[in-house]
Amino acid sequence: MSKLTGYRRAVAGTQPEYLHPTYKSSLKRAPSQPLVYLPHTLSEITGPVFVPEMVNVKACDLTRQYSGEPLGERIIVSGRVLDEDGKPVRKTLVEVWQANAAGRYRHKVDQHQAPLDPNFSGHGYAMTDGEGRYRFITVRPGEYPWGNHHNAWRPAHVHFSVFGPAFATRLVTQMYFPGDPLLPFDPIYNCTADEAARQRLISLFDWESTIPGHALGYKFDIILNGREATPMEK
Amino acid sequence: MTLRATTSQTVGPFFSIGMERLNCAELAGPGVAGERVTIEGRVLDADGVGVPDAIIELWQANSHGKYAHPEDLQEKPVEAAFQGHGRIPTDEDGKFRFTTIKPGGVPGPDGKLQAPHIVVSVFMRGLMRRVVTRIYFPDEAGNAEDFVLGLVESARRGTLIARNAPGMDGLLKWDVIMQGPGETVFFDC
Repeated sequence: MSKLTGYRRAVAGTQPEYLHPTYKSSLKRAPSQPLVYLPHTLSEITGPVFVPEMVNVKACDLTRQYSGEPLGERIIVSGRVLDEDGKPVRKTLVEVWQANAAGRYRHKVDQHQAPLDPNFSGHGYAMTDGEGRYRFITVRPGEYPWGNHHNAWRPAHVHFSVFGPAFATRLVTQMYFPGDPLLPFDPIYNCTADEAARQRLISLFDWESTIPGHALGYKFDIILNGREATPMEK
Repeated sequence: MTLRATTSQTVGPFFSIGMERLNCAELAGPGVAGERVTIEGRVLDADGVGVPDAIIELWQANSHGKYAHPEDLQEKPVEAAFQGHGRIPTDEDGKFRFTTIKPGGVPGPDGKLQAPHIVVSVFMRGLMRRVVTRIYFPDEAGNAEDFVLGLVESARRGTLIARNAPGMDGLLKWDVIMQGPGETVFFDC
């Protein structure tokens, strides 16, 4: 049989551990047994493939999904999906979801006393292009309180879900905004030991993608596990 | 290596607004070859309480043991009506249920076929990164020789093997126990 090349594992400290006592929801849900190391087989180096035809303009422009415009500050969130060698991850699905400008999700469980916006769903999706680029038009999400501890507030963030080329590259993460004063106090943002890894979750203000007179741009590149250098099995 | 993989963060409690569009609990459409199976179970926390805000993703080969993916170079039939991807959120009791076909064997690292299995990611509020596990099938001779099951201590191996539901043909039971007695085996993937 042909030789398979697996994907690299995380560098120590750059991914969160499961148990974080400061993040209360992890206490009863974090596995307590050590993980079993799984060599990547054909099952892990393959993964779901989605077709570009499923994406349309409204899917990546969250400000045009209804007849009216959503309230809040319009922004452009764009970037590239790359592997650890800097190679673009082409034609991969990127899903996003977020609170509206008032800090409220359109979800039945969200009971925050802030208004829903009839013109904002808070979700979208895009397919990366041949250079690994994606681009969303949305509004800046609001901060919101949550029940983790007294006076707990989540910093403004956008959830990202990315598939990449394989089961082994699946990633769900959150993008934050530069200068958010809540970041030092957020147990979720601070769950990762490595400071540089945490800071890579903060988008960069970006003149280049800013549309004059219309919307400020924020850049967020997403890096997926790279390929092992040599075939790992015979 | 010039870059580092982006840090994972929890899906949080509101993931359904962004993820439900791709929900899929019927993996095999009409005409797809193979033995139909329904697998149901619950995602349970350390207290045995159902997790109402978890989402399970599945990836599997077709009944011939072929993945719908360009890196599967095996000379086995692809079926256009079977992509092999599933996504099922848990309900308010932590229950999930899906129907698929039993996958064929795919090659393992030892050169032998792996026993039929489905690879699984589980995401939920409270988990900063997914857990990865596998579903194997009961009464499968290949389980005893399977390379990956062999990596797991025998006392915990059963957490990866679905159980027959007595008197219910084609129905299998498989739970995900996040923590504590009977904790499911999770992989470093």
